[in-house]
Amino acid sequence: MAPKPESWIKPLPQGLFVEPGGFFVDPVRAADRAVVTHGHGDHARPGNGAVLATAGTIAIMRSRLGEGAGKSLQAAAYGERIDINGVGVTLHPAGHVLGSAQVLLEWQGSRVVVSGDYKRRPDPTCALFEPIPCDVFITEATFALPVFRHPPDEEEIGRLLHSVALFPERCHVVGVYALGKAQRVIALLRRAGWDKPLWLHGALMELCQLYQSLGVDLGELRHATEAKKEELAGSIVLAPPGALADRWSRRLPDPVSAMASGWMRVRQRAKQRGVELPLVISDHADWDELCQTLEDVNAGEVWVTHGREEALVHHAALKGRKARALSLVGFEDDEA
Amino acid sequence: MNRFAHLLDALVFAPARNTKLRLLSDYFATTPDPDRGWALAALTGNLGFTNAKPAMVRGLAAERLDPLLFDLSYDFVGDLAETVALIWEPQTRGHNEPLHLAAIVEALQGAGRAEVPRLFETWLDRLDAQGRWALIKLVTGGLRVGVSARLAKTALAEWGKVPVEQIEEVWHGLAPPYPELFAWLGEGGPVPAPDTMAAYRSAMLAHPLEESEIAALEPSDFRAEWKWDGIRVQLVAGPGIVRLFTRTGEEIGATFPDILEAAAGLHVVVDGELLVRFGAEVAPFNDLQQRLNRKTVDRRLLEKFPAAVRIYDILFEGTEDLRSLSFDERRARLETWYARATPPPDRFDLSPLVTFASWAELAEVRAGSAALGSEGIMLKRRSSPYLAGRPKGHWYKWKRDPDTVDAVMMYAQRGHGKRSSFFSDFTFGCWLEDLEGQATELVPVGKAYFGFTDAELAELDKWVRHHTVQRFGPVAQVEPKLVCELAFDSVSRSTRHKSGLALRFPRIARIRWDKPANEADRVATLVARVK
Repeated sequence: MAPKPESWIKPLPQGLFVEPGGFFVDPVRAADRAVVTHGHGDHARPGNGAVLATAGTIAIMRSRLGEGAGKSLQAAAYGERIDINGVGVTLHPAGHVLGSAQVLLEWQGSRVVVSGDYKRRPDPTCALFEPIPCDVFITEATFALPVFRHPPDEEEIGRLLHSVALFPERCHVVGVYALGKAQRVIALLRRAGWDKPLWLHGALMELCQLYQSLGVDLGELRHATEAKKEELAGSIVLAPPGALADRWSRRLPDPVSAMASGWMRVRQRAKQRGVELPLVISDHADWDELCQTLEDVNAGEVWVTHGREEALVHHAALKGRKARALSLVGFEDDEA
Repeated sequence: MNRFAHLLDALVFAPARNTKLRLLSDYFATTPDPDRGWALAALTGNLGFTNAKPAMVRGLAAERLDPLLFDLSYDFVGDLAETVALIWEPQTRGHNEPLHLAAIVEALQGAGRAEVPRLFETWLDRLDAQGRWALIKLVTGGLRVGVSARLAKTALAEWGKVPVEQIEEVWHGLAPPYPELFAWLGEGGPVPAPDTMAAYRSAMLAHPLEESEIAALEPSDFRAEWKWDGIRVQLVAGPGIVRLFTRTGEEIGATFPDILEAAAGLHVVVDGELLVRFGAEVAPFNDLQQRLNRKTVDRRLLEKFPAAVRIYDILFEGTEDLRSLSFDERRARLETWYARATPPPDRFDLSPLVTFASWAELAEVRAGSAALGSEGIMLKRRSSPYLAGRPKGHWYKWKRDPDTVDAVMMYAQRGHGKRSSFFSDFTFGCWLEDLEGQATELVPVGKAYFGFTDAELAELDKWVRHHTVQRFGPVAQVEPKLVCELAFDSVSRSTRHKSGLALRFPRIARIRWDKPANEADRVATLVARVK
């Protein structure tokens, strides 16, 4: 009989520990051995010893953390099974950002999948999520409330372009998280036919260039700081969310401040941030996707990590699945 | 309905007036009748449904949704309409036929209370989240999208390229969904006939008078009146009808039943100031404030804050339009009418003319205006007809110099829209003192967010950033070091601030970079100026 999952996978203050393998998944504090699901700062932390991740994630970690990315970095392809002290580790696409992965862990006949952060809808900048059948599914729960239902991306991008047409003398500045959201919004704009140069806040440039070097076409990107003010009228600028209401934005001509995030679904959240044009574009699964994923992976047991665990645990229980909240610390409600 | 929902949604998020105007004109220009007319009615507060209540919406949600999931969601979102709109799962997907605003309005108007829940449920199933939110807001009342009736009319005026005054004139003769109005503005149709009985006529407004301009004016060409510190109103009374409008044409009669009742039987259109008045004594503006913006007024309020109109002009007597007469002629007609019609004197009196021979004499009179509850002097050219809008060279307001106080900046908050990257809203305080007269504690007296130039704003912003000691979300607490001279119209008792005082209309008159904070004014000096 396969071992009980809690006998070999343990939520510790340092992160999720795979005991027989002697490694952590997305450790919160530097660990000797880590498997990293994706490059966001709350999952890929500096100072680990040996790191296993996808090539995309390793490239992102190197770019963001430099030497701090880890002492030895091992890249695994999606679907490639790697043995760590008898534990089978296989990375599968999570559809969250470039390089993002779910981690399938196999030990003595027990199969556990750690989802990392994920979404289900297609994203031109990364591989599509693959449901992996398993005994235990450890899922994120960022948007685990039935109020979170992300509309189709094209609709949201369409609203942005409509506003640009309605206010041609103003500049539209879109707040985007630097890793993933920025590149996805750019790719979606290109897909919608916006072929003019896009202007970027300096903090976004490096990762965009990295994406381009990894084969994601983002079209012509320019530094917003190098533009003349008149040039930016009628244009679209992307900046980190924090820059929207900061002094940086004063260089922009009469900006319409937009923000691309799943939180924009709730008006009050958007109003609090002074956003004029909220765009519901998220790199996390919405409520329907979370619920559908539980069906797809058909795990007998569901562990819910960071986010609004209570609702998803309740939903899983209603569907007859064993479910519990892990309450891992250290993960943030990012600008998802 | 989708277009209306898009409009409401965009309006909620648009901070700037110009953006709102653009969104509204775009909507009126591109939406067919009668949808746009119903939207206009909703935006101007002329559309109400009594057969749908928030409790019904909640009840529908409870039938469909798991209670724990609903409660968790409501806790997170905090607004019932939005929670239900977001959480609702349509049962019949793929209903492609668009749902029009007009269809909803007409169905609701015809439906009995018992039918409404089922109707509502089908609509929730057919709309998307934004549409559901707009529907719930529309039906349960209170759109709260930051659009006044005046702003909606201004957008119509911009779209139709007519003066907004002309829309005001015809407005009260029209009813939703306003087909004649849109035919006129959009398709060059005939101007709708104003309802002469009940129409609002655009008020004549005054220019502020600068001290430097006064020498060029000839005293004998002008009449002077006190400038009262109330709100400007127009009373329209005729057979079977009495209406009270603000100077933007909004009807406020429902809030002032005491005025309407006293005007019954009159047949006149007069221009005047709405005040709270006890006999001859005019109460401070603060008292009038207790009566404004209330949906209902009870007897206690009516007795505690009796309203009155102090009349200063007559526009119509009976059906005779007097607006082309000169001020002097109208004044004579006003006095004769008042003597003959004898309206209740506790509700209606005439604003007296102030006699003067020279500007110097009038300046002295003006200096004493505070004692009367007046904020200065109005100058009206004797030969001027009653003209809509703010025509140049006819009427002037000559306000008493404002009172000032030196106060210390305590908190700063970021502004909105163009000012969102600037700390531009400031809270100021004055000192409490101990028995020896030493400054002990700084307590807030008011908030000021204008009076400075763009260059000064940039300096203030920089100062705040360098002197922030603590942050509370968007609010920065600053070191109590910067003194500003605040100008204000009056000071009254208030429970809003810890000082127990509130300044009326405070603005920054001067930034006193030079002045040490402990030399700023004491709360006691303000207390002495409470009227």
